[in-house]
Formats: sequence, C-alpha cells, structure tokens
Amino acid sequence: MRRMPLGPVLAGLAMVACARAAHAQDVAAFEKKITVRTLANGLTVLVCERPEAPVFSFFTHVDVGADREVPGITGLAHMFEHMAFKGTDRIGTRDYEHEKQALEAVEAAYAAYDGERRRSVGRDDKKVAELEKAWKEKIAEADGYVVPNEFGEIVDREGGVGLNASTSSDDTRYYFSFPSNRVELWAYLESERFLKPVLREFYKERDVVHEERRMRTESSPVGRMVEQFLAAAFTAHPYGQPVVGWPSDLDTFSATDAAAFHARYYVPSNMTIALVGDLRSSEALPLVETYFGRLPSAPKPQPLRTVEPRQTAERQVVIKDPAQPFYLEGYHRPAYLHPDDAVYDVLQDLLSSGRTSRLYRSLVRDKRIAANASGFSGFPGVKYPSLFAFFGVPTPGHTPQEVQAAIRVEIERLKTEDVPEAELEMVKTRTRANLVRGLDSNQGLAVQLGLSQARYGDWRGLFQEVDRIQKVTAADVRRVANDTFVEANRTVAIIESTRMATAKEAGQK
Amino acid sequence: MRRTYVALVAAFAAPTLVSAQAKEWREIHKPPLRAFVPQQPRRFTLANGLVIFLQEDHELPLVRGTARIRGGSREEPAAKVGLLGVYGQAWRTGGTKNRTGDQLDDELEARGARVESGAGLDSTTLGWDCLKESFDPVFVTWLELLRSPEFREEKLAIAKNQINTGIARRNDDPSGIASREARKLGYGKESPYARSAEFATVAAVTREDLLTWHAATVHPNNMILGVVGDFDSKAMEAKLRKALGSWPRGTAFTKAAAPTYEPKPGVYFVPKDDVTQSNIRMLHAGIRRDNPDYFAVEVMNEVFGGGFSARLFSNIRSKKGLAYSVGGGIGAPFDYRGLFQLAMSTKSGSTAAAIDALYEETDNLLKSPVTADELARAKDSILNSWIFNFDTRQEVMAERMLEEFYGYPADFLERYRAGIEKVTTDDVARVARAYIHRDKLALLVVGKAQDFDRPLDSFGAVTTLDVTIPQ
Repeated sequence: MRRMPLGPVLAGLAMVACARAAHAQDVAAFEKKITVRTLANGLTVLVCERPEAPVFSFFTHVDVGADREVPGITGLAHMFEHMAFKGTDRIGTRDYEHEKQALEAVEAAYAAYDGERRRSVGRDDKKVAELEKAWKEKIAEADGYVVPNEFGEIVDREGGVGLNASTSSDDTRYYFSFPSNRVELWAYLESERFLKPVLREFYKERDVVHEERRMRTESSPVGRMVEQFLAAAFTAHPYGQPVVGWPSDLDTFSATDAAAFHARYYVPSNMTIALVGDLRSSEALPLVETYFGRLPSAPKPQPLRTVEPRQTAERQVVIKDPAQPFYLEGYHRPAYLHPDDAVYDVLQDLLSSGRTSRLYRSLVRDKRIAANASGFSGFPGVKYPSLFAFFGVPTPGHTPQEVQAAIRVEIERLKTEDVPEAELEMVKTRTRANLVRGLDSNQGLAVQLGLSQARYGDWRGLFQEVDRIQKVTAADVRRVANDTFVEANRTVAIIESTRMATAKEAGQK
Repeated sequence: MRRTYVALVAAFAAPTLVSAQAKEWREIHKPPLRAFVPQQPRRFTLANGLVIFLQEDHELPLVRGTARIRGGSREEPAAKVGLLGVYGQAWRTGGTKNRTGDQLDDELEARGARVESGAGLDSTTLGWDCLKESFDPVFVTWLELLRSPEFREEKLAIAKNQINTGIARRNDDPSGIASREARKLGYGKESPYARSAEFATVAAVTREDLLTWHAATVHPNNMILGVVGDFDSKAMEAKLRKALGSWPRGTAFTKAAAPTYEPKPGVYFVPKDDVTQSNIRMLHAGIRRDNPDYFAVEVMNEVFGGGFSARLFSNIRSKKGLAYSVGGGIGAPFDYRGLFQLAMSTKSGSTAAAIDALYEETDNLLKSPVTADELARAKDSILNSWIFNFDTRQEVMAERMLEEFYGYPADFLERYRAGIEKVTTDDVARVARAYIHRDKLALLVVGKAQDFDRPLDSFGAVTTLDVTIPQ
C-alpha cells in the first residue's frame, strides 16, 4: 500500500528488451555473471552477481512436491514446508536434549492414540479418549521447551524481507532477501533448517494447515471445483490429489511420517539453490561449501513410476452450488521435456495474452459473455504429463454453456485454420517477453535461473525455451491442436448456480 | 560449456581447502553494510504546474512512465458509484479521437509496448512501458490518451460488464465480504471510503460522465509525472517540456471531506452457509500518517501483528493452531484516518474461541506493554530491512512521487528511520493506550452460525447485516 501503482500498471513488459535484443547477447552477458557449482554431496548452487544495491535474494528448489505423496500422506510435502520454519536443534528451543525426549514421547503417544481411534473392529472409545488426553499432555510438555517462531524472528530481525515458501504438485520452494553483509548468516540458516529440522509443534501446525485447506478449498466455490476437476481428470497420477491434502490425511499423518519424507526427498542431489545480488561468487561459494557441504549425500530419489494412462472417454463434473457459475475444461498434454512443449506455450499465448488474444477478443470483447477467459498450459504442473486447460467467468445473465460453446469455436479455428503469420510473429515476441519477465529483480532472477538449472540441468534452459518457441510453425500449432483438443481427452467442470443471477441484464447495456 | 565448468571447479578448489568451519548463528560475523547512496530522481516543475520526476536507470533498454492524477472513487457521485471503475478501464480501451482502442491494442502489441490506465480511491493513473527505441510513438499514444480520450460506448459496455460480474460474485468470497463490511462498519455504510458499486449505480454511468470527470481532473496542475529508465535526462526534459509545456492550467480539484464517522461498537454477523470457516474482523478508528505518534504505532504494529515473530502470529497461529491467516494493527493512510483492525479466519467450530483469543491479545497489549526485547526485535526488523525501501531506482522515484502526491516532506523516509530509532517501550505503551480501546471494538463475523462453538450473542446483542445484492 505504500507504493505507487506504477508496478501493477507497468510491470508487464519489463523484459521485452531482452526478448527483442537477440537473446544470445543476454546469454553472453549472463555467462559473465553466473557461476554454477555442484558440491561433493550433489547439491547444485548457482550464483549470479548483480551488484546494484547491497542486498541479495535466494531461491531454494527441492525437487519434491505433492507428486511423491501416496494415499494416507497427501498434503505431507506442503506440511513439511510449514515445518521448515519451526527451527533446528539450536533455534527454537530452550533445551534441546530434553525437548528431543519429549518429542519422542509425543510420537509414541500419538501412535498409541491413532492406532486405537482408527481400529475398525473392537475400538474402545473410552480408551481412545484416555490416549488422546495422554497425547495432548505430552504435547504440552514438549511445548514447554519451545521458543516460538525463533527461526522467522531471526530472519525478520536481521533485516530479511519476503520470507516465504510454496509447495506445488511438482516442487517445493523457499525464498527471502537479505542485506548483503549477511551471506554467511543466510548460509547457516538455510542449510541448518534442512540439515537438522526439528518437527516441533507439529500437531498445532497440522491444524494451521487444515485451516489453510478450509480457506483455499472448502470455503471457496472455485477451490471446491478445481479439487473435483483434478480428481476427475487424473485417475492414476498424483496430479489428481490436492496439494493441500485430503482432510482425513491432514487429521492423521504424524511427525514421524514427515521426518521420513524429509529423509527421503530432502537430499542434496534433489536440491538446487540460486543466489542473486550484491555478492561475489568467490566469496559466496566457499561459504555455501562450508555450510551446505554438511548435508549428507544420498542418491536422488528414483523417478515416479506411475504414468497417467490415456484417457478414453470425456469426464464431466457438474457442481450445483449457490455460488456464481464458472466454466473449466482441460485436455491431457505431455510433460515439459516433450518436443511439443513450446507449441503449447504458443497456444497459451495466442489464446490468452492481453487484449489481442483470441479468447479475450471473442468472449470478452465481441460476445461479452465472459468477464475473463483464458487458456493455460501445464496444470497442475509441468514435470509429468498434465493438462492444457481453458476457463471462462460468465458475465451476469450468461451461462457456462455459452462460454463452453464460444471456447469450442476458438478451439475449432485452431484445428482447421492456420494461424496467420503476423499473429504468430506477435505471439512469439510476446512469449519471449513472458519467459524472461521477472528477470529485472534479484528475487525474480533467482527463481527463474534456479528453476531452469533444476529442470534442465542448466540455467541456459531459460533462453533455450525462447529458441524453441521461435521455431514453432503454424503447422505445428494446427497439428498439436488436432492431437490434443479431442472429446475423449477432455475433462469438464461446471459450477451451475442454484441461484442464477438475474442481474437485470445489467451486463447487456 | 563443459570446459568453463571444470575451470570454475579448479578455481574454487583452493578456497575450499582453507574454508572456515561452520559457526553457530550467534557467532557469525556481520561486516558493516557497504555504504550505498541511492540515486535520487531529478525533480522539476513546468510553468503550468506539472511536477515531473526523471530517474535514469540504464540496466535495461526500457522507458517507463506514469502520471498520477488527483481525484478518485471517493470523489465520485453517490448515485454513480463505479464511475471511476468504468473510467479506469475505458480511458485506455475507449481509444483516442484519432484511433480506436482496438487499434491501440494492435499497434502497441506489435511494438511489445504497453499503455494502461487505472483508477483508485484517491487518484487515477495513465502509464506507459516500452523499449527505448519505441519511446517516441508510444509517448504520442500516451499523450493522445491524456489529452483527447474518446471513451467509445462499446468499451464502456465491456467495462460495465466486468464490474457487474464483480458485483454479482462478491458474496462468493467470504473474506471479501468480511473486508467490505468491516470498512462499512468503520467508515459508515454510505461513506465514500466504504461504499460499493451496485448494478444500478454502474448503469447510471454515462460517457458524458467520463468526459466530464476527465475534463475536471486531468490538468497539468493536478497531476505528477514520473519517468524511469534508459534515457538521457536532459533530452527527456526537453521532450517533455515541448510536449506538455503549453498545456493550459485547469481549475484546482477539490478533495473529498475526510471521514469523521465514529464506528459503532457491537456484534455484527453475516450468515454464510457454504463455508467451513468463519471470517472474523474487529475494528475501530485508527490514525493518519502525519500523526506524530505514527512511528511508535509502527513499532507497536510490528510487535503485535507484523511478521513471523509478532504476538498474533505466535500466539494464535503457532501456539493455538487456530488460524492460517491472522494479523492486525493500526492503519495509517497518508491523508485520511485509517482503522485499527484485527483479521483472522478459523474453522466454524472454533469461532468463539478465536474471538476470545483476539480479545485476549488486545487486552494483553494494554495490560502488558511491550518488553524491551520485543521493542528491540521490532526496531531491528524495521531498521535492518531499511535498505529494501530503496534498493531499486524505480522504488526511489516511487517513494518521492508518493511524498509529492500527499504533500509529505521529501525526506520522509529518513525521518521515518530517525523516528523509529527514538521509539521507547514507554512510547509504545502510551500509543497502545491512546489508540486502542477494547470497549469501542466492533466485532464482525461471516460464517455458518449453527456450527459455532458458542453462540455469537454470548459476546453481546447481535446485529445481522443484510448483504443481499440489490438487483
């Protein structure tokens, strides 16, 4: 609120420059600033020197998200992300030796309680109540050793900004920014929380996460719809599971489960760190080596076995809800390493970017049946075969069916007519710009470079995506549209309003 | 590529051998932050009153500018609430006398450039963002929009369509309902600072209204312009003087009266059945930023509701597990009185427990004022992150534009720093007593009453708010 609205209004095209000015130059410029190193334990570190103001940002990428969850532990990747703010054996405790014993007692008490309450035959409710009470007493005892939020407090107090993390179906990400005289302190904090995480206050935090689920999913009509949509679209692959987890699992999984998840997936070979800002790689890398070199090496987890089988029939989710109507449809598409990945990027841009995009011009401008309409690639992730999805937000007095029909007209055009050269050219320029957007800030750069390093094994992948898009032809677009946008490959989700707004055709005037 | 990598590994082999042992965090040395003097933008005023800031930044070949014009939704007529919403969109989409909005879309996209308009509570904006080499044509587009916008009818219709969609959907989002109704409780239902656009008030907006608004507000002496990017300041100044110097002055714009409404304490309820969580707000009047106690209030806010170590987060989220989202503090806008507000969401079955917890934290703040340690923590947090207020040149200019727009001293950031440094625990205790009044709090809950752990009337007589959308 303190800032001028310059950002929101203008942020968009900040990086068109790089896109236009042959990006080979940019790669060359970045080569001079970037150093990449793989430590002996397998951790990959990237440093990009950008010495404008005395600050730096980092991005830690862990190559595990909800994708590695199985029934019973859905939501656990996200849960661990929350636990990574709970401190270590030195941060967040008054007396770790005793706290450790108390936490072990909590786990033992929880196992006893959980075992009894979930017995399907012969459960003794009185015993359940006693065991629950015993567990809560152990929690109270362990809580007595806690210095709450000391990890976050240190970051705040030392001048950190933007402390946060996120978990998706594909990965888990951690970030904040620090003044540049605190690189060593950063190396300590960031390595320590993955080296010696202490899963204190686990069951309180589980309640917090459940509140997050109530907020984002259960109390939001679109949240409820998306959960049902993904569950319908994926029958085998974990992309069908909510990242936040199913309620039963959030009420059941334990700190012991979280510790096992951490031990298996938070290994250095599965992590990439990018640092950008006012730092010298010659000074930062030895510090990274000293602190992160302590993480014990372990093999990178085996690739996920399950592949979503080919869809053979259209699936539909229709939600009768007092909320306003909404329309969503998705088609399976291959993972990001597939040669057609760039074609899907072009499709997305063609359909959705700005006021010249096809869906805006048709549904919003001309037909006026939607307030917003978009096609987007890689939902809910990109690591594995996922979805190319379309959505439309009907204007008052208009229905999801009208939105569906209008979207299908645009899809049909893609399948039957070549994209005009000029339009494709505009899309390419714009898509190149989109890819490098966010590179003008330390945090944005750290995320983009770190992500490319993790995904392609090379930060230059960011610029190679630009090359691939450059080569997409009208024939590619038509071929991929014909392969992808077919009925048997489609899942549809609709919110049918049980109190359709009359709105006096307010939108029509 | 491979060779580079090997070379780098070799280069770092030596430092690795002598690298230090990992230390514990309290022992880690923090060298002083290197001196950094942010580059200030150049400010000058044209004879017609237009204030201009120019900030050179040559990192990228871009030029970005924005004009901020006095007058916003708080100044629109009550019968036409939504006028500024329509204006903010149709100013740009409605095109100019010479070119339609669609033509502008095509031309700008072809250059990878953008010109956008917007509207807020107290101002409107018109900005551009383009490559250095397309500055001239893009600036002409911006100028045309500034001086001769057309507000074509069909684009008004699209803007209204979008605003009406927002109205129709506003009760689908429980936290949106809570935020909107809390503002109404804080400023009065019909207040220009709280009222909502309705289908009827949006329908009442005409093209004539937009032209009238534009004529009344868009004058050189009613706006400021900031330009940042890859240009030479002298040449840019000459261009701007030539393009804007002969623009005649307009009549000074009259600002809306500041709100004086006193929120009414009580318990307010909005029933919403399709949720598993209650949205809770507690509020009463806050302060304005030019209040001399602002710095002490900022420190108090940091202790109470700011960040991971604040009392609300620690006690209600971490210790009690009652909320994912909880926060609060005394609001202090630049030119009108803000609200003291607490906000949280919790499962329906812990609604009353959560309200108890919020009251308890409020009482605690008054009873046990901040400790020396809390004070030090809050001040460290504000002062050590100080650098992030001006770590980009664009931010430095944006800050100066804010001060200019609201008539604050140009060194407000420096004064802020000095002010924070001086705050004592006594100051925080004093401002808590002066500005937080438990008995004046209005309590608002949006949720499903039958699932609450205790009826809301256990907190006082309940007033149910009707949020039905007028058709």
